Amino acid sequence: MTQSLEKETDTGVPAGDPTSQRSTLARRVRATATAYGFMGPAIVLVLLFFIVPGILLLVLSFTNLSSANFSDPWSYIGFDNFSRLFSDPFFPKILRNTAFYVFTTLIFFNLGLALVLALVTTNIPRRAGFFFRLVWLLPRLTPSVVYIMMWQRIGQADPFGIYNQIVPGFLGASGGNLFLGGSPWTFVILTNGFVGASFGMIIFTSALESIPKDLITAAKVDGASLWRIIRDIKLPLIKWPLLFIATYQTLSLLTSFEYILLLTEGGPGLFTTEVWALTAYKRAFSSYFGNSQWAFGATWAIVLVSVALVLAVGYVKLFKFNELIEEPRIENL
Amino acid sequence: MRVELDNLSKSWDGVVGADKITLDISDGDLVAFLGPSGCGKTTTLLMVAGIYKPSGGTISFDGRVVNEVAPKDRGIGMVFQSYALYPHMTVFGNISYPLRIQKLDKAVIKDRVQKVADMMGIGDLLDRKIAQLSGGQQQRVSLGRALVKEPQLLLFDEPLSNLDARLRLTMRGEIKRLQGDLGITSIYVTHDQVEAMTMADRIAVMSKGILQAYDVPEALYDRPKTLFVAGFVGNPPMNFLDIEVTRDNGEFRAKSESIDLILPQERAEKAAAVKGKVTMGLRPEDLNLAEGTSGHSGPTLSGVAETVEPLGREDLVGVGINGVEMRVLVDKTRGVRVGDNLDLQVDPSKIQLFDPVTENSLLWA
Ligand SMILES: Nc1ncnc2c1ncn2[C@@H]1O[C@H](COP(=O)(O)OP(=O)(O)OP(=O)(O)O)[C@@H](O)[C@H]1O
Ligand SMILES: [Mg+2]
Repeated sequence: MTQSLEKETDTGVPAGDPTSQRSTLARRVRATATAYGFMGPAIVLVLLFFIVPGILLLVLSFTNLSSANFSDPWSYIGFDNFSRLFSDPFFPKILRNTAFYVFTTLIFFNLGLALVLALVTTNIPRRAGFFFRLVWLLPRLTPSVVYIMMWQRIGQADPFGIYNQIVPGFLGASGGNLFLGGSPWTFVILTNGFVGASFGMIIFTSALESIPKDLITAAKVDGASLWRIIRDIKLPLIKWPLLFIATYQTLSLLTSFEYILLLTEGGPGLFTTEVWALTAYKRAFSSYFGNSQWAFGATWAIVLVSVALVLAVGYVKLFKFNELIEEPRIENL
Repeated sequence: MRVELDNLSKSWDGVVGADKITLDISDGDLVAFLGPSGCGKTTTLLMVAGIYKPSGGTISFDGRVVNEVAPKDRGIGMVFQSYALYPHMTVFGNISYPLRIQKLDKAVIKDRVQKVADMMGIGDLLDRKIAQLSGGQQQRVSLGRALVKEPQLLLFDEPLSNLDARLRLTMRGEIKRLQGDLGITSIYVTHDQVEAMTMADRIAVMSKGILQAYDVPEALYDRPKTLFVAGFVGNPPMNFLDIEVTRDNGEFRAKSESIDLILPQERAEKAAAVKGKVTMGLRPEDLNLAEGTSGHSGPTLSGVAETVEPLGREDLVGVGINGVEMRVLVDKTRGVRVGDNLDLQVDPSKIQLFDPVTENSLLWA
């Protein structure tokens, strides 16, 4: 504050004055140093845990490092890994699976269900709303392994699975591998969606609660029904959180695989529910013959990272995120 | 439209917002709800709007009970202190919103919005975003949005409180003129009594959820029925003194350590019947500096000027009389300074008297 005040008085000094110029320069250097000082920890973290691993990954993807030829690591093999990846017979299927998994979960759960939960829990008495949101947070608080084991108990084949024991009986149909065996995707998306929805729910709830009450009153007086209030007032006013969640969750779904690994391991059968990130993991760490193809796994990963980067830039452009960022009001810190 | 509130109450487990409000608003009148912060003005207004569901009592429009009618079917327009404009819409989008909900023809909507906007003097701002408007312009948009659907009842919740003093004055006149021209029954919530006095046909004075008085502005000023109304209406506020009214062979006197006044019979008769102290009220504008030291008429009080606040045309002088401070309006040309000895002339025919226990007037209740 005092600095910016000094700066104000500075501008009153004739531009030709050398002492004033020098002090301005010194101040600018100091201000820049301060700025880097504040950004420093973040820069170090990004370098250490994103840029450096990214470069390592890229380097790795041009080698044939694997547990099978450990004697001769880091030998350069050019684009062999990449051509092997793109000519993989299951590559199209994995691509389709990934797109299906990411966008279905995103639209129906991470955005859709999250929005519905936020709208519902902000329209019921406060305490009930709080309680319901807490319940929806439980899956996120449960360790993944426990959470997935619970789902497996529900979805196991007849006569073990809880679902198969109860529901077909109700409907008079014969039991069977209704879920996990019969429709594994339903399971994969439910398990991920139930966890994923809570994040958007929290963000949307706080965004909805920050809409001034007067606006809703005005809309009601103007004649808007509940649906029109949601469509015309609430949704436009939480546009940024919606776009943020869409972007963020697309990227995190793209790289998430642990629930699928625990639940179906990409099966049943060949690559039925296998997604890209899972393939990368499997190639790198748990291949069929106990061979860890680290370099080949890295290739899958680096392509995935590239896709994610392209998507991220696309989202930022499409949703005009830079409109969100205002020019700083305080000048010349 | 005639509006009747009958024993209208609202409470939230234990917290009372409005308590048995009963009043009638004649067709075409502008009624002000006046009272200090938290007295239940907004609560009552929102019940009339249909946003709050009454905990008791009824609201009738033209004799029809509307307690269960949704806000959108009440034929009301509303203007807020916060303007409550939709920030993601343009001026046109805001004003046209009520009509778009009614799914009117596009050309009709355009026509009506333009007409209202012209009336409000914002006809050339229709394409602007809300953030690009000044506060005064925003309030005009908000007024336009309330008027465009041609409501039967207009509700204002402190619409001018966020504007600067000068603009407030202009808008005050404008709203009053508009309301009169269109003849729309209106409820106008405010805590600014000047606003209430100048704009309203009738004023409902509220305190702690209770309707204290409901009358025309002059009556509230001249004949306040309760101590609260007397103290709340009028600016600067009325002075209060604890006195004893006695009757000595036909002469009524108001006495305390600081005062000894002769009161006219028609004012003092009821007060004399009260045993012990009563509260006397005197408006600052009904106290005058005595000219010179002798030859004046009427009873006087003597004291010392303790504070002097220049108000422009007049000075508001706080005069200490035996430890009691009385506010007095004094012409600026008198040049009163702190420490001056002053003689105050009292107009006994303007004196108000209240029972200190019931707080009801001993003149008008
Ligand atoms: N939703 C609510 N829940 C609980 N208490 C409330 C609620 N709304 C208002 N109240 C209480 O009701 C009383 C009256 O509030 P109200 O908003 O009507 O005051 P007001 O006269 O409009 O005041 P102001 O001039 O400050 O706007 C206050 O004591 C307030 O705390
Ligand atoms: Mg209020």
